[in-house]
Amino acid sequence: MSHHIVKADTLCYSYPATDCGIHNISFSITHGESVALVGENGAGKSTLLHHLNGFLQPDSGSVSIGDYPITQKNLKAVRRSVGMVFQDPDDQLFMPTVLDDVCFGPLNLGLAPDSAKNAALHALERVGAAHLVDRPPYRLSGGEKRSVAIATVLAMSPDVLIMDEPSSNLDPRARQRLIKLLMSFKHTKIIATHDLDMAVDLCERTIVLHKGKITADGATLDIFQNDTLMNESGLIKPLRMQGCSICGQDPERAESP
Amino acid sequence: MTFLERNFLDIRNLDLMARGDSWPHRLDPRVKVLTTMIFIITVVSMDKYSISQLIPFAVFPVSLLAASGLPPGYFLKKILLVSPFALMVGLFNPLLDQTILLHIGSLGISGGWISLVSIMLRFTLTVGAALILIGITSFNGICLALEKFRVPKVFVVQLLFLYRYIFVLLDEASRMSRARSLRSLDIKGPGIKTFGSMAGNLLLRATGRAERIHLAMLCRGFDGNIHTMNSSSLYLKDILFLLGWTVVFYLLRTYNFPELIGNGVLNFT
Repeated sequence: MSHHIVKADTLCYSYPATDCGIHNISFSITHGESVALVGENGAGKSTLLHHLNGFLQPDSGSVSIGDYPITQKNLKAVRRSVGMVFQDPDDQLFMPTVLDDVCFGPLNLGLAPDSAKNAALHALERVGAAHLVDRPPYRLSGGEKRSVAIATVLAMSPDVLIMDEPSSNLDPRARQRLIKLLMSFKHTKIIATHDLDMAVDLCERTIVLHKGKITADGATLDIFQNDTLMNESGLIKPLRMQGCSICGQDPERAESP
Repeated sequence: MTFLERNFLDIRNLDLMARGDSWPHRLDPRVKVLTTMIFIITVVSMDKYSISQLIPFAVFPVSLLAASGLPPGYFLKKILLVSPFALMVGLFNPLLDQTILLHIGSLGISGGWISLVSIMLRFTLTVGAALILIGITSFNGICLALEKFRVPKVFVVQLLFLYRYIFVLLDEASRMSRARSLRSLDIKGPGIKTFGSMAGNLLLRATGRAERIHLAMLCRGFDGNIHTMNSSSLYLKDILFLLGWTVVFYLLRTYNFPELIGNGVLNFT
């Protein structure tokens, strides 16, 4: 039995009094896979993510983590094995100091204060934020906040990492560091993003959402090279797969250095 | 920067000060909270016409300031900023209470004026002490102390969250007001209509954020209890600090030292 498998089966959900939501979503993500979830604004990415750890209950269909579907009863176990990194780190860092914040999860899991602290320090070291331990969250830069937010989740040693736009609002260097950091994780990863270049770096597989439905599910590079599919789903190729508008070179014809 | 930003974001500086490392900083937060509470109660309990007996009480805030090395100017400015509220309380005393209590030369001073001065003195002492308490303890330290005093957890958690998110909210509010003023050119101040929709918008944003924070907490196994890491223990110096100041406050409350000293000087000559 593995907790690392995430499976959605004909998942439907619509927000009350609207027709937006998600329809008939099915996929299966196996151990160690890294999957990008892409789609235009309002395509249903966040709605889908909110189903994966039980914030939203599907109208029909089901989501399973490991071998069991998510129910009210096993919600706690599910949330323990699925770590979610929010889009706005300010929402995620609510405790007085970084250490308190990273310890929050482990303490809730019932760890003794000492081992919770160890788990927290270890997680902070992992994301390169060990020096921030005593700082209050509002005194961190955007990149630091993001790293600490990831540490808060890592400290609970989840099996699956879910991230909502991890590279948003980061400067290019911080984004580079984040990508390197995420590459080093062996977890099953599901990353909702508009940053398709990052998706190329991190995810071998991509799921495309358009108006609440899956329009494609397959190898990242295949999907991004399919112009009609990209157009129909309201997406634009990642920058590095477009021709250079300044030197006029077509990347497909250019010889690799 | 707007008035709002300048003055409220400045509160954060208090928190920075609280990261200092002097002996008042190192005392247990509980002791500091308790001592300050005793101080405030003693000062407030003084007779409404007392002025001379109040002045020696300044020894507590002044000595804390001196020992912790915090900048006195900062606190004076903060006290000045909120002083209008205290002034409002005593503003009509000189009109209502016109009994002459004191003569300086041929000038009669009424009880109202004396009580007004007394109110301002009390205000300066108590607010000053409270601000210094935050400056040497940090807001979180105070919350932890309250928790140890068995203040219901709901209130403590509320306070902690208020302190964490007031800045985020103020930030949002000031961004909104900046966006408004940039597009309203010459018109000064928001009209009542714009203000209404801005306030409504802010409320909606705040609820949205509260929801997301709650999700983030649930996500990490929140079950209604907030566990914090800090464990503090009382040392002899903490007890001495509390007892010492309590004795001082008691003496200052029972004896009017300026009067005693004055009488002493008069008798001597």
